[in-house]
Amino acid sequence: MSVTVRIPNQLRTLTGGKGEVEVEGATVGEALKALDAAHPGFAERLFDEEGRLRRFVNVFLADEDVRFLEGLETPVSSGQTVSVVPAVAGG
Amino acid sequence: MSFVTGLRCRECGRRYPAEALHVCDFCFGPLEVDYDYEQIAAKVSRARIGEGPRTIWRYRDLLPVDDRAPVDLGAGFTPLVRADRLAAELGLGELWIKDDTANPTGSFKDRVVSVALTKARELGFKVAACASTGNLANSVAAHAARAGMGSVVLIPEDLEAAKVTMTAVYGGTVVAVKGSYDDVNRLCAELTSEHPSWAFVNVNVRTYYAEGSKTLAFEVAEQLGWQAPDHVVVPIASGSQLTKVAKGFSELAKVGLIEPAAIRISGAQATGCAPVATAFLTGADAIAPVKPKTIAKSLSIGNPADGWYALEAIRRSGGACAAVTDDEVLEGIRLLARTEGIFAETAGGVTIATLAKLAASGQVRPDERVVALVTGHGLKTVEALSGTVGPSVTIAPTLSAFDAALGEGSGTGGLP
Repeated sequence: MSVTVRIPNQLRTLTGGKGEVEVEGATVGEALKALDAAHPGFAERLFDEEGRLRRFVNVFLADEDVRFLEGLETPVSSGQTVSVVPAVAGG
Repeated sequence: MSFVTGLRCRECGRRYPAEALHVCDFCFGPLEVDYDYEQIAAKVSRARIGEGPRTIWRYRDLLPVDDRAPVDLGAGFTPLVRADRLAAELGLGELWIKDDTANPTGSFKDRVVSVALTKARELGFKVAACASTGNLANSVAAHAARAGMGSVVLIPEDLEAAKVTMTAVYGGTVVAVKGSYDDVNRLCAELTSEHPSWAFVNVNVRTYYAEGSKTLAFEVAEQLGWQAPDHVVVPIASGSQLTKVAKGFSELAKVGLIEPAAIRISGAQATGCAPVATAFLTGADAIAPVKPKTIAKSLSIGNPADGWYALEAIRRSGGACAAVTDDEVLEGIRLLARTEGIFAETAGGVTIATLAKLAASGQVRPDERVVALVTGHGLKTVEALSGTVGPSVTIAPTLSAFDAALGEGSGTGGLP
């Protein structure tokens, strides 16, 4: 599946300034691993030692928080957008 | 000049310059303002503060801005009211209400926005923006107008009518979003990356913005004669206010303005949006996000940015956290109005109802000096009360009709 990953400002140094990257993956987790393969450095920023999303990283699939779906196991379909967003905002 | 030495990641400790940054580039942890507390302690005094304006700016030595002419509508130094009648109803002893309904746009948000826009202007921003459940929208639109800045305010489309009007009247751009506050917030977090020239007060200048809530603690201590309370009850939306109230008291002790004290801090939420209270009650070490469904829209943040830190502050202080139903929220609003003459919005109803609940369970005690934060005005959320309060009777304009309705034997007596 080809999906678009939207990259926040803070991580665009890893993508040469690009705000969107196309990757392949069948799940949200696979898409993010593919992102790290294409642009090394993402995995250590997004995941803790146990491979879980860090506390202050939110990931959305088609604008829904993946914690309301199946987390990193959430299946993605071709053409969908995964957004990586810093959790510390609002209030 | 301020006493700010820079920003520091609360999680990994990496340091950053005092610019428009809110999260750590490495771990996404929130950035905190670092101050030179020794320098502050050498300069600050109760007398110096006492000579300052009757606004939050009397505490400018402990705020992260340099500008000597802040963006100011007069936020802060709101009444701290001794609440004996409410205390008697709840079986408490010394109870105080911090009445932040008295702020310029009717909520505590004027504190944080005055700080945020002062800093934003200092950093060169010309446009103020935010994601808001309403109170922040009111305040950003008003302060931006005051400062001659543009404003772009994003709100969920189902907000209370007064909050929409009180935002739009100031002439900025108001964007109603088809979604929840959490959707609006996510959109703003993404917009911040696309519009770096806008100061999103609760995103890219959030580090400074949040510091404004410390002034609640500063004022409570000063208004108690430079003494700490024993217990403070604070509503929780993002958790930022509670976290900063705790920080405020600890800073006062650090710079020698009060004696170090153990202050219990308790949190209040609505059951329809209680991610922090749920984590507190279950002993969880992570906050599970929820989809909010409550009349307390100003507290409807299902994915609270500082939820974890609020939980930590509550646990560390020996406080509690509880949630109350919408019916209890309405009763809380009426109870505060009936006993103390203060009309609070739904968030204030949450605080009072939670205070009542914690008092009944013995977690707020009659031997404590208690302060409850009432953070927004009831006129903002009048529709929440529709059908629950109204005229006692409706009569013809005649003495006989009045006597028939309210005279002796009418059943509505009881008045002397």
